[in-house]
Amino acid sequence: MSHPSPGAVLKAVSKGRGGIHVAHNKITAESETVRMPPPRTVVLPMQQHIGAPCTPTVKKGDHVDVGQVIGDSDKYVSAPIHASVSGTVTAVADVKLANGRMAPAVTIESDGLMTRWEGIAPPKVTDKAELIAAIRASGLVGLGGAGFPSHVKLNTPEDKPIDTLIINAAECEPYITVDYRECLENSWNIMGAVYTLADLLKVPNVVIAVEDNKPEAIRVLQSIADDDNNRGDTVKLMTLKSRYPQGAEKMMVLSATGRRVPAGGLPADVGCIVMNVASAAFVSRYLKTGKPLTSRSVTVSGDCIKNPMNVRVPIGTSVREIIDFCGGFTEEPYKILSGGPMMGQALVSTDVPLLKSNNAVLAFSKRGAGLKANRDCIRCGRCHEACPMGLIPTQIVKYANKRDAEELSKLGVSVCMECGSCAFSCPANEPLVQYMRLAKEIMREAGVK
Amino acid sequence: MNEPAKLTVSASPHVKGPATVTGIMFDVIIALCPAAIASVAIFGLRAALVIAVCTASCVAFEYLSRRIMKRSSTIGDLSAVVTGVLLAFNLPVGIPLWMCVIGSFVAIVIVKQLFGGVGQNFANPAITARIVLLVSFASAMTNFPLPKSVDAVASATPLATLAGFDRTADLTGQIDLYRAADKLPSFFQMIFGVRQGCLGETCAVALLIGAAYLIVRGVIKITIPFTYIGTVAVFMLIASRGDLTYTAYELMGGGLILGAFFMATDYTTSPVNTKGKIVFGIGCGVLTSVIRLYGSLPEGVSYSILLMNIACPLIEKATAPAYFGFVKKKKEKKPKEEKAEGGAKA
Repeated sequence: MSHPSPGAVLKAVSKGRGGIHVAHNKITAESETVRMPPPRTVVLPMQQHIGAPCTPTVKKGDHVDVGQVIGDSDKYVSAPIHASVSGTVTAVADVKLANGRMAPAVTIESDGLMTRWEGIAPPKVTDKAELIAAIRASGLVGLGGAGFPSHVKLNTPEDKPIDTLIINAAECEPYITVDYRECLENSWNIMGAVYTLADLLKVPNVVIAVEDNKPEAIRVLQSIADDDNNRGDTVKLMTLKSRYPQGAEKMMVLSATGRRVPAGGLPADVGCIVMNVASAAFVSRYLKTGKPLTSRSVTVSGDCIKNPMNVRVPIGTSVREIIDFCGGFTEEPYKILSGGPMMGQALVSTDVPLLKSNNAVLAFSKRGAGLKANRDCIRCGRCHEACPMGLIPTQIVKYANKRDAEELSKLGVSVCMECGSCAFSCPANEPLVQYMRLAKEIMREAGVK
Repeated sequence: MNEPAKLTVSASPHVKGPATVTGIMFDVIIALCPAAIASVAIFGLRAALVIAVCTASCVAFEYLSRRIMKRSSTIGDLSAVVTGVLLAFNLPVGIPLWMCVIGSFVAIVIVKQLFGGVGQNFANPAITARIVLLVSFASAMTNFPLPKSVDAVASATPLATLAGFDRTADLTGQIDLYRAADKLPSFFQMIFGVRQGCLGETCAVALLIGAAYLIVRGVIKITIPFTYIGTVAVFMLIASRGDLTYTAYELMGGGLILGAFFMATDYTTSPVNTKGKIVFGIGCGVLTSVIRLYGSLPEGVSYSILLMNIACPLIEKATAPAYFGFVKKKKEKKPKEEKAEGGAKA
């Protein structure tokens, strides 16, 4: 597979993209990431990724140090969980998660020392197999929000040659600025990861994709890429139009290469790997230090937060403590989200732990995120125009109400990534994303793919 | 910090775009204003009365029917106002007012509410009401008074006059002849709507200003009007063997501009996908042209839109766009396919 010319990419990309323009509200863009002091306790659920849950490897009363494995699984599609503070395990029991579900978790009471586990050492990585093993051991999952174990993503099968590695720094969700800060604060780590991954995975082309509303990030990354003369033009910095959902994996592949990931397929099917920029920077740090994924950056923002900022938080810290660290609320919040306003999850309580894949905590007043009564659909077709996947949500609603799994399958519901562009643009305020989930559930029940 | 007392949980997305149903309908009303003003200027104050009666009775029927059916009131979405104004635009200025009320009843109660209200009607309410009135009260519906400013002998509408022409002879010559005898309006009068016709359809300039507003505001796409008017233009050019004057008269003569921009683009009764819109527009154009050229009626805009409205679900089905990454399934025997899927899953 040869790399397509820029002209061909442009042609493929400009046609029928869908998407929406959404107010960026990146109010924390200039806020340098602040490291939060160790919380009193952390709660580490055993499933913070897509795939098999982990089994706790510690028991109540054990002493653990930062970076020690506390949960692991023998399944391949899974990622180990590490202690994010040093202290004593006080419970191994079910806890309530952000979505209201109960899940097994390990609770650690911090001793406030943040002692590093003595077993931490930089991994020895010389080829792809060692890299994959090291990344699995690091506990890395996609930090952009999906939470897919990174070692699975990078371990592409031999029969699918990869010619392009895409580092995703689009960050198209409003409010969130952690990836942007990562570009500015850890740009050398990002470039380090780019070179390491490109060499070990033998990927000839690397594209770092940034939306055009982040000129500073583009400038910094470009200057570093320009400094490195040995690489020629194998590493390209690509400026993408700011249009939600630009950062979605399939959109990203289309923007960077002009290729369309087939329905039901993965970027590897068209010779691409997409990796979040924060995940890439983590890989670079991990290969240098061996310190596994025990903390991450989150954007704390929204119109109810007193001091909106970016915070580096130990994983498992409760949302309540994170908000407290940012000065608490300015007024009674109406809705608290984990993740961005387009795809984030509304929290049932602030008493839930921050997971590896959570990139933001947003608190909104009724003004900011008030619900609107829905009216009858007028079939205006705005949902279809907005859908980046070219679906026709208004038809899907019709057949979901009829519970017609066959028709839903023909309409391609399974390619829906629930980006919310349809519901955002719906003048009748139809809960279209909910309908998409309902449609998928109807198809799953009927056994239709 | 204390735990917030009450948190709202809902499905994503948690922010909403600016578009609202009421806003869209309001934009359509704004777009209809130039033509409404023009109609009063051309046909006198009675035009305003017809518009007012149609609008008021449409809103009243919307309110009453929803109430009787024990459903929530929907007059706030302004769609009944749009229907009322459009219905009035499709009536001659001298129509008895009670007929306006009957038309409003057909539009709102029968075509719209009995099928489930906004978004559910199978045909455009205003067009259907016009057709019902036309077949019920043919003489009142085809009695087109002359504009106030014209002192000509009462005659037929431009389209009816054109329909009587011999298309094998020199058409421009015939038009000139009729114009000299004041039996056809001048080109200038045609553009500004100083001619006989339904009260909202005559002023091409006012309609185009409104249409431009709708397109700029993103309320309608130009696809349907463009393909519709384009198809009619092509047909008329062929039928008149390239006579531009005749074609221009045909395009501005009847309700084509009103129909193409304001009626055929009705969301509910036109396809949502672009390919479907093109088919829909061409279909309307073909039907209109065939009715005008070969039918016994001088005008065919409302019938063709109604027919295409009914075909809309079929068009949508036939032109369904491929979704992202759609792969054509290879023709395989069923058991094999299942096996392959199972394998991919494992």
